[in-house]
Amino acid sequence: MVNFMTDESSHFDEMRLDASAVRDPYKNYHDWFSDQNPTRLRQKHKEAEAFFRRTGITFNVYGQSEAQERLIPFDLVPRIIANREWTKLSRGIEQRVRAINAFLHDIYNGQEILKSGRVPRELIAQNDAFLPQMMGFTPPGGVYTHIVGTDIVRTGEDDFFVLEDNARTPSGVSYMLENRETMLQMFPELFSKIKVQRVNDYPKNLRRSLGEAAPSTCEGKPRVAVLTPGMYNSAYYEHSFLADQMGAELVEGHDLRVIDGHIAMRTTQGYKRIDVLYRRVDDEFLDPLSFNPTSMLGVPGIMDVYRAGNITIANAPGTGVADDKAIYSYMPDIVEFYTGEKAILKNVETFRCSEPDSLSYVLDNLADLVVKEVHGSGGYGMLVGPAASKKELRDFADKLKARPGNYIAQPTLSLSTVPIFVKNGLAPRHVDLRPFVLVSPNEVNIAPGGLTRVALKAGSLVVNSSQGGGTKDTWVLED
Amino acid sequence: MLGKTAGGLYWMFRFLERAEHTARLVEAGFRIALTRSTDAESEWKSVVTTSGQLNGYLARHGTFNAGDVVDYLLRDTENPSSVLSVTKAARDNARLVRTALTTEVWTAVNESWMTTKALIDRPIRETELPAVLDTIRQQSALVRGALHGTMLRNDIYDFARIGTFIERADSTARIIDVKYYTLLPSTSFVGSRLDNVQWETILRSVSAHRAFRWLDEEEMNAAAIAKFLILDRRLPRSLIFSVGQMTENLNYLAETYGERMICTDLATEMRARLANRDINSIFEEGLHQFISGFLRDNNALGLQIERDYRFVG
Repeated sequence: MVNFMTDESSHFDEMRLDASAVRDPYKNYHDWFSDQNPTRLRQKHKEAEAFFRRTGITFNVYGQSEAQERLIPFDLVPRIIANREWTKLSRGIEQRVRAINAFLHDIYNGQEILKSGRVPRELIAQNDAFLPQMMGFTPPGGVYTHIVGTDIVRTGEDDFFVLEDNARTPSGVSYMLENRETMLQMFPELFSKIKVQRVNDYPKNLRRSLGEAAPSTCEGKPRVAVLTPGMYNSAYYEHSFLADQMGAELVEGHDLRVIDGHIAMRTTQGYKRIDVLYRRVDDEFLDPLSFNPTSMLGVPGIMDVYRAGNITIANAPGTGVADDKAIYSYMPDIVEFYTGEKAILKNVETFRCSEPDSLSYVLDNLADLVVKEVHGSGGYGMLVGPAASKKELRDFADKLKARPGNYIAQPTLSLSTVPIFVKNGLAPRHVDLRPFVLVSPNEVNIAPGGLTRVALKAGSLVVNSSQGGGTKDTWVLED
Repeated sequence: MLGKTAGGLYWMFRFLERAEHTARLVEAGFRIALTRSTDAESEWKSVVTTSGQLNGYLARHGTFNAGDVVDYLLRDTENPSSVLSVTKAARDNARLVRTALTTEVWTAVNESWMTTKALIDRPIRETELPAVLDTIRQQSALVRGALHGTMLRNDIYDFARIGTFIERADSTARIIDVKYYTLLPSTSFVGSRLDNVQWETILRSVSAHRAFRWLDEEEMNAAAIAKFLILDRRLPRSLIFSVGQMTENLNYLAETYGERMICTDLATEMRARLANRDINSIFEEGLHQFISGFLRDNNALGLQIERDYRFVG
């Protein structure tokens, strides 16, 4: 019999409403867990870590010396989502992703939403992620965001919020797949007891989805390649994993060149054309002729090939506009503007520090807020007010005053918790969720579940793997 | 296949072969040093020379003693050919070509790196050395086993094998090159104890000291050993075996791709030249000259393979 540690605080725990009642989705798991021997579970946990190390499932940490590969800690307690919860969530995600694609097409073409005044023009004009090179051009199949990783947090039984849209190049899907694989190996009996929706088809779906978005000029089976910045990139493992799973080539910029108006890769038998490039290289480095001229990671001239309609770049250049945290604050309007429906998923209340009233509110309430850079990601450059020291708050206030337009602020959400396995049993930790969404000209496909990131420190709200977060397998139940 | 991937496979297996070869050289040196304390210094020097790292070594150390040489050849990260460096390089290349490898091969390379790193992260005591060298060779065998047991016999496999045998031919030729004077039949020490020790070292460096005895065709003498290392098709580290394997794999590639490249002809000619030689004619030409020529040809072949199959852009 294992212990369940009680938790004093008031946030929503996804396993238990209180010490006696277990929430429905967790009932079967809880029964199983109660019969487990903690020593055996600890042993299983060690096995999982050894497995990750041996197979090289690691990520690189920026700012540390070369070849510092770290494991993302894996927790063996799954996060479980009921079918009806998922149905609602996935409807909300699909609605939002469709709206984002419509938004991107609009701002790079007619700009109706700017003309209507629903989104201020300067947010686009002054946005570094906005690419004038994309104006008046529609990508093959009309798809901008082929792959999206919508970050979602939960605060109550029916309260789901979108935290970030990640329309640029979301990572983490390899962990979703490996976590499931690990759970299947460690606890096969659980999966015969509890019916969990499969995620293993993701690579196949990704390949199909990318193929469907191939240029209309493409003949035969579309050739797909994954473009990586190289093996020292923090997500290199994922790049090679996805290429491997899709049966696609893993290429770097120097493997590619423009030949006869197409992108071709250098093979042992000469240059071979490719049709779809799933690029994990940022816009800025994609084409030294169009963007950063010193970039060695991209392909000189690829933007010309792109605009000529001879290659699909996934995601399309310039989609980062939708990731901007100032744009985020308009997302409910954006959803309504393009779909004619109310947004199903809630936005977190967001204060735009560019607006004087908001700025003064944020400065007065800094200790209670989370402040983020509008273009930032990965948890870098953000302030978590309740966790910050007096000095950190003062220093951050100075930064805010110097460049208010660079920041937005949000209330600290009482994120839900899911138990993790600790020495003697279970203890609640805050989590978020990143479902992975595939968009093709024909459909939107969401892998049931996604990546649950978990703050391993008690009370911590920072789930980023670069800052001590771990991951969990995420189950969506069959019914 | 991407040209880069072909290059990554080729180098991955060159580096793995080099790790194994270096471990053998150290082992042979260590045995000599144990049995003959008087000229240990010159033995260690020739070990370093054979590994091709004499200049690099002299930049770090002044004298040749067991501690410094073992340290430099096994674990010095400043030495690009130390076992630690090449194991890491092999693993880096494996990461680069991860999509071309089976899980078994990748896992074996990754484990080999983790094991080697843990093993020689700190200085090695003399008493530990035999066990350490054993482990290094074992790791190499595991990778090779995974390669043979799980990989498709396609172009991926061919490039892996070609890398292995280019490196192996180079290693064996270097051993002969450094020790050629002990293999000259005209040497005045014929049959002396010194020769026996030298010959045994050479045979140990290619893990063939027992094999040579099994063959038992000839007395142990300079010509027989030279013939064994250069022309014996049964010895998996002989020059003719290595070149033969390369030729075979290059021919498979030509078949697979439906196009015959210059490198295939180069290798075929190299093999034919070896097959037509006997050991006496090699001694007539001059062993040293012959080996220098072989090293040049082998190197040129490697470069031609890189060009023909577009390893770099």
